[in-house]
Amino acid sequence: MSGNNSILQLDGLRKVFGGVVALDGLCLSVGENTITSVIGPNGAGKTTVFNLITGYLAPSSGAMIYKNTRLQGTKPHKIALLGIGRTFQNVRTFPDMTVLENVMVGRHARSRAGVTVSALLPAFLRPEEKRIQAEAGSWLDFVGLADAADMPAGSLPLGKQRMLEVARALAIEPDLLLLDEPASGLNSRETIAMGDLIHRIRENRITVMLVEHDMELVMEVSDRVAVMNFGRLVAEGTPREVQEDPEVIAAYLGE
Amino acid sequence: MAARDIIGFCILIALVLVMPHAVGNDYYIGVLIFAAFNCLACIGLSLLMGYAGQISLGHGAFIAIGAYASGLLTTELGWSPWTAMAAGAFAAMGIAFIVGIPALRLKGHYLAMATLGFASIIHIVAVAATDITGGPAGVLNIPRLSLFGYRLDSDTRYYYFAWTAVVIGLYLAFNLIHSRVGRGLRAIHGSEDAAGAAGINTAAYKVQVFVVSAAYASVSGSLYAYYVNYIDPGPFDVMHSVLLVTMVAVGGLHHVWGAVVGAVLLSLLPEVLSFTAGYLQVIGIQYRPDYDILVYGGILLVIMLFLPEGLFAGMIAGGKSVWNLVKRVIRGKQVVRE
Amino acid sequence: MEIGLTTDMLQFLFMGIQRGAIYAMVAMGFNMIYNATGIINFAQGEFVVLGGLMMVSMTMALNLSLVFAFMVSVAFVTVVGILMERLTINPVRRPTVLRLIIITIAVSILLKGAAMCFWGKGSHYMRHFTDAPPLEIMGAYILPQTLWIIGMLALVVIGYVAFFNYTMTGKCMRACAINRDAARLAGINDRRMVMLSFALSAAIGAIAGIIITPIIQMDYARGALLGLKGFGAAVVGGLGNSMGAVVAGLLLGIIEAGSGGYISSHYMDAIALVIMLGVLFVRPGGLFGSSEMVRLKEF
Ligand SMILES: Nc1ncnc2c1ncn2[C@@H]1O[C@H](COP(=O)(O)OP(=O)(O)OP(=O)(O)O)[C@@H](O)[C@H]1O
Ligand SMILES: [Mg+2]
Repeated sequence: MSGNNSILQLDGLRKVFGGVVALDGLCLSVGENTITSVIGPNGAGKTTVFNLITGYLAPSSGAMIYKNTRLQGTKPHKIALLGIGRTFQNVRTFPDMTVLENVMVGRHARSRAGVTVSALLPAFLRPEEKRIQAEAGSWLDFVGLADAADMPAGSLPLGKQRMLEVARALAIEPDLLLLDEPASGLNSRETIAMGDLIHRIRENRITVMLVEHDMELVMEVSDRVAVMNFGRLVAEGTPREVQEDPEVIAAYLGE
Repeated sequence: MAARDIIGFCILIALVLVMPHAVGNDYYIGVLIFAAFNCLACIGLSLLMGYAGQISLGHGAFIAIGAYASGLLTTELGWSPWTAMAAGAFAAMGIAFIVGIPALRLKGHYLAMATLGFASIIHIVAVAATDITGGPAGVLNIPRLSLFGYRLDSDTRYYYFAWTAVVIGLYLAFNLIHSRVGRGLRAIHGSEDAAGAAGINTAAYKVQVFVVSAAYASVSGSLYAYYVNYIDPGPFDVMHSVLLVTMVAVGGLHHVWGAVVGAVLLSLLPEVLSFTAGYLQVIGIQYRPDYDILVYGGILLVIMLFLPEGLFAGMIAGGKSVWNLVKRVIRGKQVVRE
Repeated sequence: MEIGLTTDMLQFLFMGIQRGAIYAMVAMGFNMIYNATGIINFAQGEFVVLGGLMMVSMTMALNLSLVFAFMVSVAFVTVVGILMERLTINPVRRPTVLRLIIITIAVSILLKGAAMCFWGKGSHYMRHFTDAPPLEIMGAYILPQTLWIIGMLALVVIGYVAFFNYTMTGKCMRACAINRDAARLAGINDRRMVMLSFALSAAIGAIAGIIITPIIQMDYARGALLGLKGFGAAVVGGLGNSMGAVVAGLLLGIIEAGSGGYISSHYMDAIALVIMLGVLFVRPGGLFGSSEMVRLKEF
């Protein structure tokens, strides 16, 4: 099922913070409609890769190509419009908004009402508003949070906040979804649910790039696994290949 | 608009209709008119501060721009007051746009100081550019507004007019909040990074809400100019910008109603104080109007320390607990009866 | 005059240094609190006003000697600074930037109001520290008070450097500024450092107010503009960088005096603010910080 065409290509990606080299010429290709995991010890540069792809940081050098478009120099919101969704390692929900509203924010990329129209017409006279609400509701259903729709997002337990973040990212209708440690802080039942969710996301023809420390989850869901250390790719292959790679074992057990 | 807000509107409109009969004295009606001006500016500021989470200590400048545009275009160029008001609003929005683009890249304290600096510059220019603004002498003989052929020349008429403007301003603000744009602003407040990942152009949104809030301030300034018919730079100093922020904060940042409550209460405060001064004298305390500023600062400080959500949230919470108490008392009686 | 330095220019230079020294000291006060807490203290200008007005009362009304009056005034404002921290900053449990800003604004309103109620609305005359006539240098005149101001600035800077580099407390404060959590782990009482920063900041503000009062005739309402321009100096020098602030303060003062002389005295007050906005918009890290360090900071 994993197509050979790549949806995202990282080429010689380098990122230096002051004196710290976070990424050191990373090359990686993400196949369309696959689940590709990126693993590596703390500080390996995984989150930095996501921040570069989604425009939060500018690469020091190197290229990122998504469906024939160069991503460098593109602002985060434009990248979202291109169809790349993401979650954050430290959950970033909008705590004062309801769960449903959080997902409705995700529909932002796919709706258009501007300031003037919004100010002049009350919500019930704007059909788009109804549509946004319905669509957001169906994404909440998809991740299994429909019951919590009217609760303030800040009051949810961590596990549900992570689910909510995924729902919000899905609401932008991404073709590529970047999940940064979606299972961290989750108990084992929640982790299984998250794994199940990731599978269902792929069934919707969305490519998933996953950063995760929970190896069981990674090995279970991934088609491909990329291993990073010190900002470089050390190994890449199927979960089984990677597990047996001596360099990977060295990276994880440390020198 | 939520049901709560509709109730709020009804209460507001009822109060607006009742007040002139309740106070029945032109002086107090004048005070309420000024409260309306502050309300209007504070509603805009609340969109910026409470919803988008961006502070501005510079909105006095936009009030000044509205007031001066109205004053100068009507007296010097003979424009109709309405056109002049619109021109003022557009000028304020244009300036907000130009200043907002670089300023709103800053956050927190930096943004506060930058906007304060901006307001201070505008004030200095209003004083110094004597050949345009009239300098400290100001602009005289600003005409009154007319609406549908009615000259708004009595305080009562102007009162209804000003508060109608507030109600319209509130209506627009509520629509905006409960829309895609409003959600975008609240999202920026919640997490700028996450808002960006949801496709929100955070920089553009911040500038847009800054521009909208500048328009509110400018209209409030124009209405002020047409009411007092005379403007000078005095009321538009940086202190005024600071006062607006304190009104929004005292009322409560998390809701537009907070801005309304804060603006009205703090606008009435000097009157309340001079009213109580009489009673204080009876018990031997000499209260001077000079002390107003101390009371004002004290209230602000106490609320920020002990009720940071603001008076409106406090009132809601208080109302709820009273209601619960009432319910319990009633239920208690039932228990006894059983 | 062949070297191009006209008498006028020299005169403006003296005036600029005199103004700039005050901005520099106000900026140092801002930095002190900023480094310890990340807060911009909107009441900083009020410290200056209180120092000046207190000195007026001590010398003109009570006829105390200069040195004694100076010490009493500085001590008074320092206590005000400490009270401010203890009563309004320390108790705040869940601080948001907006809340902290408004709290310091509230304190500034209170201090300004108190100053107005106590000292009235007029401006207050105070005699210069020394009675000597102005000195003539190449046709330009410099007031002895200006020399006092320059000397005081030098003393404050020396004291500042000595304190932060050679005393244990100063080093602890620096550690807190760099990394609060690490400093706390190392056993430094960071809450006390915050209080100390308010005390020192208030003291520096008071000194600035005391030495400038004979020249500008202090009144209760001057705090806002002095504070704002001092903040301008802090920004131009790079917020948190006190030596940068000194240079920037002097620079702003000189530019201001020069533009007042050569362009327009009406717009003079706006010049420093325009420069401040320019720096905030283009290079919010200040003119002197390395751009690498600046890029890692949030503004
Ligand atoms: N904004 C930043 N400023 C400075 N240094 C940074 C920044 N972001 C990351 N780094 C540094 O870059 C390196 C890589 O960090 P990154 O967050 O990408 O690691 P990671 O692989 O996601 O680690 P973890 O598994 O702990 O999340 C680290 O040394 C980190 O300190
Ligand atoms: Mg990470």
